[in-house]
Amino acid sequence: MAIPATAPTRTGLIEVSDFNLAYDTIDGAVIAVRDADLVVNPGEFVSIIGPSGCGKSTFLNAVAGFLKPTSGTVTVDGEPVKGPSADRGMVFQQYSLFPWKTVRENVEFGLKMRGMGKSERAVAARTLLGLAGLSAFEDHYPDRLSGGMKQRVGIVRALATGPKVLLLDEPFGALDAQTRVIMQQILTNLWQRLGISVLFVTHDIDEAIFLSDRIYVMTARPGTIKAEVTVPLPRPRDAALQLSPEFVQLRADLGALIREESLKAMGGELNEDALKGLAVNLNGANLAEVV
Amino acid sequence: MNSIAMTSAAKSAPIAAPFHLAGDGGAVHRSAAPGHIVLRPERDTVAATPVPDRSVAGRARRWLKLNAHTIRATLLGALAIGLFILAWHVVTVNRMTFYVRFLNVPSPEQVLESARTAFSTGAFLNHIYISCRRIFIGFALAAVVAVPLGLLMGRFQLLKEFVFPVSEVLRPIPAIAWVPMSIMLWPTNEESIVFITFLGSFFPILLNTLHGMANVDEVLVRAARCLGATERATFREVYFPAVLPQVFTGLTVGMGVAWVSLIAAEMISGQFGIGYFTWEAYSLVQYPDIALGMITIGVLGLASSFLIRIAGRAVTPWSRAK
Repeated sequence: MAIPATAPTRTGLIEVSDFNLAYDTIDGAVIAVRDADLVVNPGEFVSIIGPSGCGKSTFLNAVAGFLKPTSGTVTVDGEPVKGPSADRGMVFQQYSLFPWKTVRENVEFGLKMRGMGKSERAVAARTLLGLAGLSAFEDHYPDRLSGGMKQRVGIVRALATGPKVLLLDEPFGALDAQTRVIMQQILTNLWQRLGISVLFVTHDIDEAIFLSDRIYVMTARPGTIKAEVTVPLPRPRDAALQLSPEFVQLRADLGALIREESLKAMGGELNEDALKGLAVNLNGANLAEVV
Repeated sequence: MNSIAMTSAAKSAPIAAPFHLAGDGGAVHRSAAPGHIVLRPERDTVAATPVPDRSVAGRARRWLKLNAHTIRATLLGALAIGLFILAWHVVTVNRMTFYVRFLNVPSPEQVLESARTAFSTGAFLNHIYISCRRIFIGFALAAVVAVPLGLLMGRFQLLKEFVFPVSEVLRPIPAIAWVPMSIMLWPTNEESIVFITFLGSFFPILLNTLHGMANVDEVLVRAARCLGATERATFREVYFPAVLPQVFTGLTVGMGVAWVSLIAAEMISGQFGIGYFTWEAYSLVQYPDIALGMITIGVLGLASSFLIRIAGRAVTPWSRAK
């Protein structure tokens, strides 16, 4: 299959440095993210993985402009991020399609906000929907669509305004495993054709490896960057790649890193010994008999 | 792919049911050998679905089947109303008394007769017209004030903190308790009745709009902002449509309270209107007119709620599917 070479890109450089985010409680400030640094080069696909609650979504929301860091800087192409803007498209796990707008009106939304005329934006939206295989559904309301379709609309809507970067917050988390794999291929395809920078948050290691050029691993809260991995796998990638030794090795390495953090995130009671059942003394009885 | 084996026996064996393992017609369940994937043979083309009966009788039968529930509900409803009228007839014609006295209560026939007389003169229709006009003005004013106020209070916390306490103090006062005050406040009787109708519907509309605003999905607001929506555009494109269903709930409830308030006000201080008509019938010992007035109020209330529901469905087409 001929995939056009990645378009040469000059825009879409995300730089986050010395990022700290804390919020006040009655017991004092709670640190959510601590001393995090991150770079997404123009046209690069970068993922952040980490245990749940580690602040990876917080981080993404700061790049989107919804949260201000307590200290540190977030810039896109050298410009400090001051608030949300159409320069930074965002895709949410909960789809977040406007239920009162049809599929096409959802996709047109960003263009409408920019003041584009009715017929012009309909043409643009139809093209994008065609790309996502949703032409037949343009006049449907979102609640008639499946999860995979909704998220295709979500992605296409975020891309419609031609953003410099695309931010995705666990976009496929609510989808079943088979649909997720197909969505990953659709996303890869769109990304390669558009040459846009992508920052992708997930807790799915396979997904991060399959999609990314580079992966940042975050620690349990207070979240900070624990490791950075450049994925050595060639593109285009297909499902068979997941069986290659490099993929398997990378998955094992990342799995070990995350497991450590997940156990921390789940609370002090859990450690490797406890999980093996050694921490509870059953006096030789079978657990099934005790319970 | 040496682990995938076609079972040759399956090809000849008849296929009994779709989920039986291949090869034996489902009599004995034989598992695939470990590590092997056993492909089922391709099915012959699926038997064509039977051609539907397109005759009138066939269509009628399917229509009955599909609408059985609605038909049952309609019949039961009609039956219940019929029984109610029958019971009414029995207790009034026989002038029954069991602690509750039906001595002077008009029978359905008498009410029908008085309705015939009432509708033949312009006076009764004029009462209806005046009540409807009061409802319309009072309710429309309430909607025009309460909906935008609710939207703004939902969006701007400061405004809500300022207005909400006053509204909470005034809200529990029944509209009927406002009658004396209202008569003092407004120069004409007409205005004071409209004001009471306004008050009755105002609070349900305001509270429902506020409630709707509190439940707007924050992620939709974020999505809009990420797509370049300004504050105003977010209000117009996200908050407003998001609260519309809840606004219409408020309007429906508000309409109900508006009728309650209107009738009370008319009974106390009116010279026209269906509430006045009903009360006057009592004073003039025209008992059938009492029931006529009551039934008319019921029908008008039902009709106005129905109209609001229709309007609500028309402006929220996305929720129609459910």
